[in-house]
Amino acid sequence: MTDELLTARGLTRSFAGADGELPVLSGIDLTVREGEIVALLGRSGSGKSTLLRCLAGLIPPTEGSVAYRGEVLTGANPGTAMVFQTFALLPWLTVQQNVEVGLEARGMRAARRRAAASQAIDLIGLDGFESAYPKELSGGMRQRVGFARALVVEPDVLLMDEPFSALDVLTAENLRGELLELWESGEFPTRAIVLVTHNLEEAVLMADRIVVLGARSGAPRAGEGGVPQAGFGGALRAEYAVPLERPRDRDAPGFAALIDRIYRTMTGRGDDGPGPLPPLGLEPAAGNGGPAAPRRTLAGTPLPPASVDGLSGLAEILLQHDGRLDIAELADELALEIDDLLPLVDALELLGFGAVDGGGIALTGAGRRFSGAHVQESKRLFAEAALRVPLVGTITTSLAKAADRTLRAGFFRDLLAHHYTSEQVARQMEIAIDWGRYAELYAYDADHTEFRLASDTPGAPAAV
Amino acid sequence: MAVLLFVVVRAGSGTAVSFVPSRGGPLGADPGHLPYYAVRSLLRMFAALALSLLFALVYAYAAAHSRRLERVLIPLLDVLQSVPVLAFLTVAVSGFAALLPGSTLGLECASVFAIFTSQAWNMAFAFHHSIIRTPRELDELSRDLGFTRWMRFWRIELPGGAIPLVWNAMMSFGGGWFFLVASEMVTVRNGGRALPGVGAYAGRAIAAGSLRDVGWAIATMAVMVVGVNFLFWRPLVAWAERFKVEQSEAPEVQRSLVLDLLRRARWPRMLARALAPVGEAAGRAGRVFGRDGRSFGASRRRRRAGDAAFATVVVVAVGWGAVDLVRYLDDRTGLGVFGEPLLLGLATLARVVVLIAVATLVWVPIGVRIGLSPRLTRVAQPAVQVLASFPANFLFPLATWFFVRTGLPLNLGGILLMALGAQWYILFNAIAGAMAVPTDLREAMDDLGLRGWRRWRRLIAPAVFPAYVTGAVTASGGAWNASIVSEIVAFGGTTLTATGLGAYVAHAAEAGDHPRLFAGVTVMALYVVGMNRLLWRRLYRLAERRYSL
Repeated sequence: MTDELLTARGLTRSFAGADGELPVLSGIDLTVREGEIVALLGRSGSGKSTLLRCLAGLIPPTEGSVAYRGEVLTGANPGTAMVFQTFALLPWLTVQQNVEVGLEARGMRAARRRAAASQAIDLIGLDGFESAYPKELSGGMRQRVGFARALVVEPDVLLMDEPFSALDVLTAENLRGELLELWESGEFPTRAIVLVTHNLEEAVLMADRIVVLGARSGAPRAGEGGVPQAGFGGALRAEYAVPLERPRDRDAPGFAALIDRIYRTMTGRGDDGPGPLPPLGLEPAAGNGGPAAPRRTLAGTPLPPASVDGLSGLAEILLQHDGRLDIAELADELALEIDDLLPLVDALELLGFGAVDGGGIALTGAGRRFSGAHVQESKRLFAEAALRVPLVGTITTSLAKAADRTLRAGFFRDLLAHHYTSEQVARQMEIAIDWGRYAELYAYDADHTEFRLASDTPGAPAAV
Repeated sequence: MAVLLFVVVRAGSGTAVSFVPSRGGPLGADPGHLPYYAVRSLLRMFAALALSLLFALVYAYAAAHSRRLERVLIPLLDVLQSVPVLAFLTVAVSGFAALLPGSTLGLECASVFAIFTSQAWNMAFAFHHSIIRTPRELDELSRDLGFTRWMRFWRIELPGGAIPLVWNAMMSFGGGWFFLVASEMVTVRNGGRALPGVGAYAGRAIAAGSLRDVGWAIATMAVMVVGVNFLFWRPLVAWAERFKVEQSEAPEVQRSLVLDLLRRARWPRMLARALAPVGEAAGRAGRVFGRDGRSFGASRRRRRAGDAAFATVVVVAVGWGAVDLVRYLDDRTGLGVFGEPLLLGLATLARVVVLIAVATLVWVPIGVRIGLSPRLTRVAQPAVQVLASFPANFLFPLATWFFVRTGLPLNLGGILLMALGAQWYILFNAIAGAMAVPTDLREAMDDLGLRGWRRWRRLIAPAVFPAYVTGAVTASGGAWNASIVSEIVAFGGTTLTATGLGAYVAHAAEAGDHPRLFAGVTVMALYVVGMNRLLWRRLYRLAERRYSL
């Protein structure tokens, strides 16, 4: 019991929507024990950052609780310190002063403060930079300051919010390596680390345990217990122990296999993931035969944040590889992180251009035609496919029924607000506008925030 | 440094000496007294600045950290900002004089108060805005590491607001000269005791119709404005650069010769080292204000009940005040008192509109020309800054003399007087807007051969528009305020009067007719607010949506 540092029980966090609260996190149970590194993995919108802030006591849970060493939090967690993605350094303070602020907040005397900070600065390899201001430092050095500032207060749990994602690849690799070395050497002043990341490889390299948070793939899925789950509400989707020896080797046989397995979970086809996708309208994808699959609805089918250019590019690459590629391989080859790649995969699947099978994605017949066609033809195919996507379809049919074929954007925003938070609504509208414009299904007038049907025959070129 | 200190002490003792009743009397016409008067005027300016800063920090902090107070304080600030302060000058002067009878200290307070009212609101707005815009990660950092509220203020909020505060203070200080001069002149007009100061000197010279002495006063004023700018504001602005949140080194930095000298000197560093323990002790004492961050405990129901109670108290207080006021007006003059100022307001409105239109046509092209040329900008921008802060009411006697000579009616000439102060905001912002036009866009226009009118329509006008709107709002507000001193002017024995709300208010203030004064000021505030709501705010939103670069 005593080695349980952080415990979340039934943790739910919601934000206000039109019909009441929309959960961003729902029913999370998580324990962080002494001596382990836990990675929270998920794509944007999965609530992983929200979960980390709940653990830090920065955001109060809507339901459930977070406890530190058995004490339920009622404010900022006294046993954690955070490292921020954007470093969060105070630009008007020197490195030394930045590292000292946490100690100053605890009321430590100036002399002791200086000594403790110097020690942390040494530990993290910042000696020589004490009197520098953050803007004089490179990104890697800045994040070192972030680490030193968090470590100097000797928290039980170090919380890291995508600490390497604002750094270039080489710097990130270096810093990650040094951090792990410190951790293993036993000099590390904290007892556990919680790391939020959307970089799968980073998670496997660093963590003892990987917790995948359940942002749903762009495809529809009914929530547990028959209750349709609205929006993106995140739950724990899967948990993996990482049994690999440290220091870890990317070429070790277990490494790639684990990455592959996690990709399967994240694209919704994993051994322990949710059920298969419902049929995709007229063009059934290979390997898809779930009989009791739910219908596609506005609530259950959010548009993935993918640009038309991006998904066309992915289709093109797939076509060059005989129509199929492993997702892990793709990510590696294109140096894309989950947040960049998975929305594109989702989009292809949602449009019926691609089908996810196992750990790979394959182009469907429609996908091959779409990718191989010339601009106008591929636009027509895209329009056809996009019409079957709930939001785009709804907008188009509503406009066709409207008196002057024009509708205010607010109308659709209100529709979405029943299922999504305001931020998600804005994002969904943006994507729907982008897709609809490209498909030439409708035009959007930003000055008057109005949708207008492009022409009577969907997909035909219209003069806008 | 020691010399400066001595001068301050010397001039300050003047304030104290005049506690003795007989001393605040006649004002010398000798230009040799002007340096002394200048220091006295400067002391007033800086006292008001310190007061404004203190007010801004406290007020903005309270509004930013209390959800309930914010709902009252911010609209109140909006109202205060729209009230033409000049109208209350006479009232304030006699009020403070009555409060502290028998010395010039009352007048001194009135003058400082007048300057304060021209600076404080802006600064409070700027600081409030910057507190509520504190970057999310810094807010999280503060709560995560358990900063005390004291630390959060000194380490995050004040440094984060330093740049907007300094810039706003500099701009407001520029506007403050106008009020300094106006308030000192009022004491001259009141007869008897006058405040020793440059404005008062000019006031006496105007009453005596001495163009030569007015000239001396203008020259002194120019030296003061330029000197304060060079010795105080430039170094401060350059120093504030360190509070930029931007994480990379900016290529274009504000520089100041004086600051460079200070940086090279040893004593500032020694002073900092000596003061460090004081800061430590203050930080320790500041712990009594508690830690940053709310507890999760607060129940929603209790919060709602608190909100409701607070709202009730506010509504009752405001309602009671309004009823009382209406009763007072009804007793004294009847509510018809609002009719005349409403009508006269139209005349002043027409002047403001003409002023803005003409100033736009004249200054926007010139400003753009300057802004697009880095060489011209370097020369012209500081000059315009000084021109903008030069108190226009100083030039009024010259203009009046000119009107009397040429027979130009003040109904038209008033526009010119109002423009003397207001137009610079438009020019200044046009320059700033043009400077912000990205070079690649200009090159693209060159490349496409878009020139002349078309270039203006497609690139320049849209790009400059947001900055122009900011300038025009300030200019319009300034023009309304200036109408109070521009629609009645005197030089020597001649007094010219124009038809308008400004003249109405000035008359009422002079005559001590409080119901009329109140009605006039309320109507003017209504005009200002109405114009802001109906015109400027819309343009602002349009600028933000469509034309932000």
